[in-house]
Amino acid sequence: MTFTQWFHRLGSPRWFYQASGKWLPWLAAATLILLVAGLVWGLGFAPADAKQGNSFRIIYIHVPAAFLALAGYYVMAVAGAIGLIWKMKLAEMAMRPAATLGAALTFISLFTGALWGKPTWGTYWVWDARITSMLVLFFLYLGVIALHYAYTSRDAATRAGAVLALVGTVNIPIIYKSVDWWYTLHQPATIKLTEAPTMHPAMFQPLVVMILGFYCFYALALILGLRAEILHRERRTRWVRELIGEDAV
Amino acid sequence: MLVRDLRLANRRRGDMANPLIFFVMVATLVPLGVSPEATRLAVMAPGIIWVMALLASLLSAESLFAGDYRDGTLEQALVAPQPLWVLVLAKITAHWLVMGLPLTLMSPLLGIMLSLPPAGYPALLASLALGTAALSLLGAIGAALTVAIRRGGLLLSLIVMPLYMPVLIFGASAVQQAVDGMAYGGTLAVLGALLAFAVMLSPFAAAGALRVGLHG
Repeated sequence: MTFTQWFHRLGSPRWFYQASGKWLPWLAAATLILLVAGLVWGLGFAPADAKQGNSFRIIYIHVPAAFLALAGYYVMAVAGAIGLIWKMKLAEMAMRPAATLGAALTFISLFTGALWGKPTWGTYWVWDARITSMLVLFFLYLGVIALHYAYTSRDAATRAGAVLALVGTVNIPIIYKSVDWWYTLHQPATIKLTEAPTMHPAMFQPLVVMILGFYCFYALALILGLRAEILHRERRTRWVRELIGEDAV
Repeated sequence: MLVRDLRLANRRRGDMANPLIFFVMVATLVPLGVSPEATRLAVMAPGIIWVMALLASLLSAESLFAGDYRDGTLEQALVAPQPLWVLVLAKITAHWLVMGLPLTLMSPLLGIMLSLPPAGYPALLASLALGTAALSLLGAIGAALTVAIRRGGLLLSLIVMPLYMPVLIFGASAVQQAVDGMAYGGTLAVLGALLAFAVMLSPFAAAGALRVGLHG
C-alpha cells in the first residue's frame, strides 16, 4: 500500500470508526493499568517529601495534566492545520474534542496547582510566570471552544476554530516569553518556583508512569470524542444508519 | 479602499469618537473607584492607561468589518482582482488612523488626569503609537472570524484578549521604565518587533478568516 492510499484511508471517518473500535479495548486497558499503578505507587509507596510532606503527592496529577494541556493545544492546532490544508475530514472532526479535552486538562492543572499552593506557599494563587501562562492558555482554549459554539454550521465552526488555533500557536511562544519577561521585571521573589532539579528516583518513577498513563488517557478520550463526532456528522450516511439499526435490533 | 474607509469614518464622526470617549470616561472611573490621591494614582497610571487603550481598541475592532459585511462590500472584496490581504491591510490601516492615532494623541490628557509623572509622557506616546497599531492588526483577525456571527462582539473580546497580552506587557512596561528613569528603548524595540511580526502575518490570517467566516 502506498503512502497516499494510506493517507486517504486514514482520512475516511468510516474506516477510522471501525479501526478505532478494535484499538479501544487495548488502549483502555493500558490507560487503566498505568493510571492505577501510577496512583497507587505515587500516593501509597513513594517516599514523602522532606519539606512538603505528603502534600507534594498532588504532583502526580498536576504535572501530567499540565503536560497534556500544553501538548493538547498542538494536537488541536495540527489537526486544524491538516483539516485546512488537505481538507481531511477526520482532522477537522478531531478539533472539537481536542479543544474540550485540552481546556479541561488546563483547568485541572490550574486547580490542582492552586490546591498544592495553599499548603506549600500559604496561598492559592500567585502571579507567577508559569501560572499566568497556563491561565492564558486556558483562555485561548476557551476562545476556540466559544468560537465553535457560535457558528451554526459545524464545518464553518471547525475551519474558523482552526484559523484561530493556528494564530494561537504562533502566539504561544510570544505570550510565554513576554510573560516570563514581565515576571522577571517585577520580581516578587517571595516564592521560588523552579522545579526541584534533583528529584529522587523513587519519586520520579511513579511520575513517569502517571505521565504515560495520562497520555494514554488523552488518546483514549480523544478517540472516544472523535467517534462521537464522526457519528454525529455522518449521521445521514448509510453506514452509520446501518450501524445504529443493527445496534437497535 | 483606504481612502474610502477614511472618508466613511469622517462622515460618521460619532462612531469614531465613541472609543475615545470611552477611553476618557474609564479614566474618570479609576480615581472614583480607587483613590484620588496623586501618589497612588501615579503608581498605577501606566498600567491603567494601557489597559484602557486595549479595551477601547477591543470595542472598536468589532466595527472593522461589520459595516462592509452588512452592505455586501466584503463579498465584492472577496471576488475583487486585488489579493484580499491587501484590502484587509488597507482597512486595518484606516482603523488605526481613526482609532489608534487619536487615542495616542489623547493619552497625555489621561496622563494628566491620572497624575502620570512627567518622565512617562514620551514613552507613553511612543508605546501607544506602536502598540495600538499592533492591537488593530490582532483585532482584525478576531473581527474577521466573528463578522458573520450574530452578536459576535463579546466573542471577539474572548478570542482576541489572550493575543493582546504581550502587547500590553511591553507597552505598559515601557512607560513604567520611563517613569522609573530607566532606559526604555529596548522595550519599545520589542514592541516594534511585535508590530512588525503582526504586520507580516495578521493580514493573511485575517484574510483567511474572512473567507472562512463568509463562506464556511
